[in-house]
Parts: sequence; C-alpha cells; structure tokens
Amino acid sequence: MIRVELAKLFRRPRTWISMVLTCALPFVVAVFITITHLAPPPGQGSAFLSAVLQNGELYPAAALALVLPVFLPVAVAVVAGDSIAGEAAGGTLRYLLVRPVSRTRLLVAKLISVIAYVLLVVLAVTFTAYATGIFLLGPSRAAAVGQAPGGAGAGGTVPGAVSGIAGQAPTAGQAAGGAVTSLSGAPLSLLQLAERIAGAIAFITVSMLGVAAIALFLSTITDSALGSALGALAALVASEILVTLNAATVVQPYLPTRYWLAWIDFFRQPVFWRDIQRGFGIQAVYVVVFLAAAWANFSTKDITA
Amino acid sequence: MTDAAGTDTATTSADVIRTRELTKRYGAVAAVSSVTLGVHGGDRYGLLGPNGSGKTTLVRMLLGLVYATSGEIEVLGRRMPRHAREVLPQIGALIEEPAAYPHLSGRANLALLDAAGPRVPAGPAARRTRRRRVDEALEQVGLGGVDRRPVKTYSLGMRQRLGLAGALIRRPRLLVLDEPGNGLDPHGIRDLRELLIGLNEAGVTIFLSSHLMAEVEQLCTRVGVLDAGRLVLQEDLAALRTPTGFVVVDTPDADRAAALLDGQVERRDGQRLLVRSGGADGAAGDAAALNARLVEAGLRVSAIGPHQRTLEEIVLSVTGTGSDHVGGVS
Repeated sequence: MIRVELAKLFRRPRTWISMVLTCALPFVVAVFITITHLAPPPGQGSAFLSAVLQNGELYPAAALALVLPVFLPVAVAVVAGDSIAGEAAGGTLRYLLVRPVSRTRLLVAKLISVIAYVLLVVLAVTFTAYATGIFLLGPSRAAAVGQAPGGAGAGGTVPGAVSGIAGQAPTAGQAAGGAVTSLSGAPLSLLQLAERIAGAIAFITVSMLGVAAIALFLSTITDSALGSALGALAALVASEILVTLNAATVVQPYLPTRYWLAWIDFFRQPVFWRDIQRGFGIQAVYVVVFLAAAWANFSTKDITA
Repeated sequence: MTDAAGTDTATTSADVIRTRELTKRYGAVAAVSSVTLGVHGGDRYGLLGPNGSGKTTLVRMLLGLVYATSGEIEVLGRRMPRHAREVLPQIGALIEEPAAYPHLSGRANLALLDAAGPRVPAGPAARRTRRRRVDEALEQVGLGGVDRRPVKTYSLGMRQRLGLAGALIRRPRLLVLDEPGNGLDPHGIRDLRELLIGLNEAGVTIFLSSHLMAEVEQLCTRVGVLDAGRLVLQEDLAALRTPTGFVVVDTPDADRAAALLDGQVERRDGQRLLVRSGGADGAAGDAAALNARLVEAGLRVSAIGPHQRTLEEIVLSVTGTGSDHVGGVS
C-alpha cells in the first residue's frame, strides 16, 4: 500500500511543480543578492541571509529559512490536506476501501507519503541552495572570517572555508533573536557542519509533520481538500499571531510554530539544545494527538462520498 | 440458464448476500429500515427503487463503507463488516459513479488499484500476472485501444467501462454494481448486459441496483424493490411475470370486438383491448380460442396473447407512495 501511495504521489505533476517552485524562491533571492550585492544587514531579514555574500556555503541554511515560514507549510498542508479528502472528492476513496485497504493502513500509507514528500522538498531545497550558493555567491573567502560580526574570536585562528562557516554562526544567532553574546565563535569541522545540517533538516521535517498531522486530521473530517489545507494553514497563522502577542505568553510554549526557528540553534557552537528539544517535543505531541484523532475519526466514519 | 449456474455446486446455491433487519439511520431519518433480503448464488439480482430509496446506502453497507445502525449482514458466508478482509477480495464493486485518477491512463489506474489491498504478492512473476489481469479486464470491457490515454480524456461511457474493468480485475465471485448502466449509450448497455450474462453463466453472482426498469427486466432473474428504505418486494422475475389471466388483443376493429365480447372487456386503450378470460385452460389457451372466435366473426386481429404485467407496472404498484416518488422512474 505504501508503494502505491508513493507511486501516486510521485506521478502527480503537482508534487514536482510545488517542489520546483519551493526551490525557485531561494534561487531568485540569490540572483538578486548576487546582482546587487545587497544582503540584509546582520540581525535583519531572513536568518543567515546577511552572511551569504561572504559565505555561499551557508546558503542552504538561508534558503531553508526563506521557505520555512510560508512555502513549505503551504506545500505540506496542500499535500496532507488532499490525502484523504482528495480521494473522497474524486470518488477513488471508496474503491480503495473495497479492495479492501484497511482504513488504518491507508492512513499510515498517506502519512508516510507525506513524510516522503516533506523530506524530498527539504532535501531538494538544501541541495539546490548549496549549488546556488557555491556557483552564484561563491564559496567562503578567508577574508569573510574577519568581516563576520562576532566571528573574530576563534574563527580567525583557523583560515579557510571551514572557519568561515563558523564565523557566520554568530550572525545566524543574531538573526534568530540577538543572542550573539551567548555564542562561541569556535570553528566547525566539515563533519560537524554536515551533522548540523542533517539535524536542521530533521528538525524542519518534524516541524512540518506537525502541520501535516493537523491537515491530515482535517482531511478525514471534510471531503474538501481545499478546506482541510486552508484549515491547517489557518491554525498556523493563528499560532504565529499568538506567538508574537505578549498577552498570550501563557499558551506560547504549546503553540505549534513557537519553536519553528529553533533549528537555527544547530548552527551555534556548542549546539543550543533547549529550544530544539522543546520543539521536537511539542511537534511530537501535535503529531500523536492529531494522528490519533484522524485515526479515530476515519476508522469509524461512514464513507458516503 | 441461471438455474444451471445456481445449482452447479452446493456452495453457490447458498445465499451469497443475506441481511437481517438491516437498518441505517442518519439522525432521525432512516435511509434503510429493517431490510431482510437474500441473494442466492448464481442470481442476477436487481435492486430497484426510486432515487433516494436507500439503494446506495444498502450497497455501501454490504461493502463495509457505511456502518449499519442495527441488523446483520452476511456476504459470501461471512459477517460484514467484521470479515471485510476475507470477503471483499472476492467482490468486484462499482459504487455510484466510477472514479479514477484523471491525470493517469486507464491502464495505470487499473494497475494502481490492483496493487492496492492486502497480501499483494511482489516479484516479477506476480507483476506479470497483474499485467495480464489488467489486459484481460481492459479487453473484457472493450477499452483495449484507449488504455494508455489519460482518464481525463475519457467519455462518461469509457469511464464507466473502466470502473467495470476495475471491478472485474480480481475475478470476483460476486459483483456488486450500483447503477452500472449510467452514462452508457444503447450500444454500451447491450455490451454490458452481454458481459454480465456471460460472467453469470461462468458462475459469478450479480447484484445490481438500478432505477432503470428496462435494464433490470432484460438482465435480472430476481428483483427486490426498495421504497423509502423498506424492501417492499422480493421475488423471482419469472414468478412476478406469470400471466395475469387476461388476454391482450390488438385489433383495428376494436369497436366491433368490444361489442362482440361484451362484458368480458376489462379495459380499452385505442386499438388494444384487455379481455378477461373465461376458460380454465389458462391464458394461452384462452388467447387461441379468443382468436378463433374473433376471426370467425370476421374481425381482423393484428396481435393477441396472454397479458403479463411489465416490471414497471409491478414496481409502480408496490411503490405507490406518491407521484413525486415515481416521477423520476421510468
């Protein structure tokens, strides 16, 4: 069943179009920055973006930060929201179920294909952004180390590309919330860098699974794919508004988007684990709760579509 | 010929579908109420009823898509929906409109459908078997030439054929078809009828729902009639259509015939007379005797024969709940 779902996902033009568009945004941004040499000043704009002119290898992180707020959740909500509701609206759901495909298995297969989609998009963004960074913005220059704010500490002692990346880490921290003083400028080895990018990808994927679980749940309630996708996005927008609202401090630790940006902490030295752990935790709760609700609803539901 | 298929073996003569006091309520509305029906092995069973009479809900309950409020369902000897895993692989189903992924070809749709489900064997041999089954199903419904075109370019009739191919792909013992003639042109309806009769002769039990009397009358051996969620009639079609004892006479000399048969004429409709028979030797004998009498009197007779009620008349007589209900039927 999982193979069937994956086949359906990857034979659908929408999957590839949404992926290309998601990868295109960081590319367009990179083109503009290359042409104008105008990156946002440190501490402003999207995370990591201020540093990419000095260090093209950091562009994957900048690209992820660019697509995370809107493009990625929209794509995930559309795919996950469509998963059951789309089959119901198209009439194929009833034919699948009388094959028979058990409802639980169908839900699991849908979830796995959504996970595959999320991973694919995140990886595609990472790799295309890496290529864009290297070829368009150029690899890091030794001089970049000195220019990077806050990077003068340990970064200056090891020349070359690797220290250049480490030198940008404080910039990332600054963009994330002005935590420059807490960051060390120690250099990252290539292995460390790979580990941290992998960690960031894992974190972002799990964050997107929270969105997917909400959309999947709504998808079992309504037969409108659009309704469930927009419902999930509405939940995210509401969460974003509450996250920035001082009066809502009480609920903020439990909001799905509260720790969305915590993956940036992977690029600190040492890794700042607190928010990352909380982020993983809160997403796990959302995934479990909404999948359980989706399962409870779907497995007892009359299929009248 | 149905009897031959039905009594083939002991197992097929058992009830293939049996429901007891089956009820489905949506809030206060009972879509299906206390339906007790039985489909024998080898039947071509037609479930008739106006739109909204509960046919689709009943079909969906048989297939485990809709859960009954109360009552029991047994399909192929097992309780549903509890044993759906064992029962459903032996059933081919068409539920309301056919459905397919529009951007994929008919062939790809069938392949996906065939690959879904429990215990699908993997490996090249199994893949070859599956491809052959897809070929066969496409051939059976006459879609062989267009199988590589995306379904969004298919006509309604082609989609219906594709849906039927999907139902046939597992070589089912039981076909459950909800309104199978929808969207088919006369040619397609004839093809469908021949296909279903052929399958039935090969031992497949057929359960179909329809609001088209003519379709059911030409195809089915047994009918059930639903009206407002209740099963108001279930009978062999042959038994329903036993002669009524009247004789139908078509004659251009209707006036003189009516005068001659004074008192025996039950109803007159233009050149057609419905004549009450007198003798005890059955309507067929009556028709012959009546014919002789009319011809002797110098009257011209263009057609004469025992009167049978049409399925439409029968259904309308048991579902007579108001013109609104039967208006959509014909």
